[in-house]
Amino acid sequence: MAEVKRLSDHEESVAGWRAPEVEEELPGLRLLAGQALHKRAQQLTAGSPPEIRQRLSELSNRVRGARAVAIRREPVPAAYRVFFRHIGLEPDTVRTPIEAAILERMLRGGFLTRCLLDDVLLLALVDTGVPVWALDAETVDGQLGVRASRQGERLGRAADASLLPAGRLVVADSSAALAILFGELAPGHEPGAGTRRLALFAVQVAGVPDLFVEEALWICRAAFEQL
Amino acid sequence: MTHYEQPVIDRDEQAPGPTLTRAEELAVAGVRGEQRRAAERAARSSLRAQIARLEREHSAIVAERFPHIRAPVGSPRALASAPSLLDLGELERSRDRLAASLQELRARVEQRVEHERRARDQLERMRLEPGRYKFVRLPVRDLGQGVCGFWEVRPRLGLIGMLAGWWQLKLSSGCPLARGLRSTRGPGAQR
Repeated sequence: MAEVKRLSDHEESVAGWRAPEVEEELPGLRLLAGQALHKRAQQLTAGSPPEIRQRLSELSNRVRGARAVAIRREPVPAAYRVFFRHIGLEPDTVRTPIEAAILERMLRGGFLTRCLLDDVLLLALVDTGVPVWALDAETVDGQLGVRASRQGERLGRAADASLLPAGRLVVADSSAALAILFGELAPGHEPGAGTRRLALFAVQVAGVPDLFVEEALWICRAAFEQL
Repeated sequence: MTHYEQPVIDRDEQAPGPTLTRAEELAVAGVRGEQRRAAERAARSSLRAQIARLEREHSAIVAERFPHIRAPVGSPRALASAPSLLDLGELERSRDRLAASLQELRARVEQRVEHERRARDQLERMRLEPGRYKFVRLPVRDLGQGVCGFWEVRPRLGLIGMLAGWWQLKLSSGCPLARGLRSTRGPGAQR
């Protein structure tokens, strides 16, 4: 596995490991991980506080039809489209996270609030174009990284977790696959109502500057920790 | 890349002959295996670069030509629905599908350009000889100038113009307002 590196002194984000075959085939792929303490009074699965709702509303006003059409040409969303094709996903069928969010915005007339956790991740995504996911840090064993799934491996540690086909790209800790890359999280590892410590991770691909990825994680951390 | 290198590799395999010891043969085979893997790796990298270039052009056409040309919706089964490391064959198929889709888009762009050119010619004729095109409507969508509204040859001053043969080309007022129709209720009814 590639060495885990600290990116900068003032940030808590660290570059996750990559399995050698992933590093060789997809050299531009990086996983940036960080932790956040949920310090707000609201539960993560409860409604968002007014300032988060307000920010979503402002973002809704900033994103209009013209941008929705042109977004596939913007550098960061375009980089994710290319990467989707490189890993066998058709971006016009399985939409990239930012395009899915923008499409939802156009269909529903705004970025609708769901719960604090989803709203904060959506804020980071729309602001930077970089998708961020959150896991319950208590269920994560060691550093996160990217690798291909193994024969007979399950998604998560639960006994009834679904089996993964071999070769699927997953985000894993030191002992189990915790999420499909750009896909679902393993059941039992998602943050719940009582989660206080979150393991955040963002996926960086070739063409996406470091700054955008660090910014995405920082937006989440600042929102959860009320920095 | 591999198609060209493969015969070279195969020819070389017969070269060592019986003079090599078993250890030397294994070493040569190892080197060749490594060379083949490196060649395949380079081919995959080249295919990814091609896919990136095709994707950029594909996106440019869709973004510039919206709403007249939309991205062809791929079959959900055309590609794996989950992310994985693609081998050489899968990358080639992905590149070929994207190239075919881009080819289709380019053909539609050509058709669209021709359609708009014909519409512009028609508009010019309507402008020059409105009397020959009485009440003919030409949607601005056909001209690539928007989605609402149309050019129409109408009589100047209504019935008088119809009788006098005064025809003119007029542009309609465009898209309906987002707020919709004005309320038909009077101020009293709103209270």
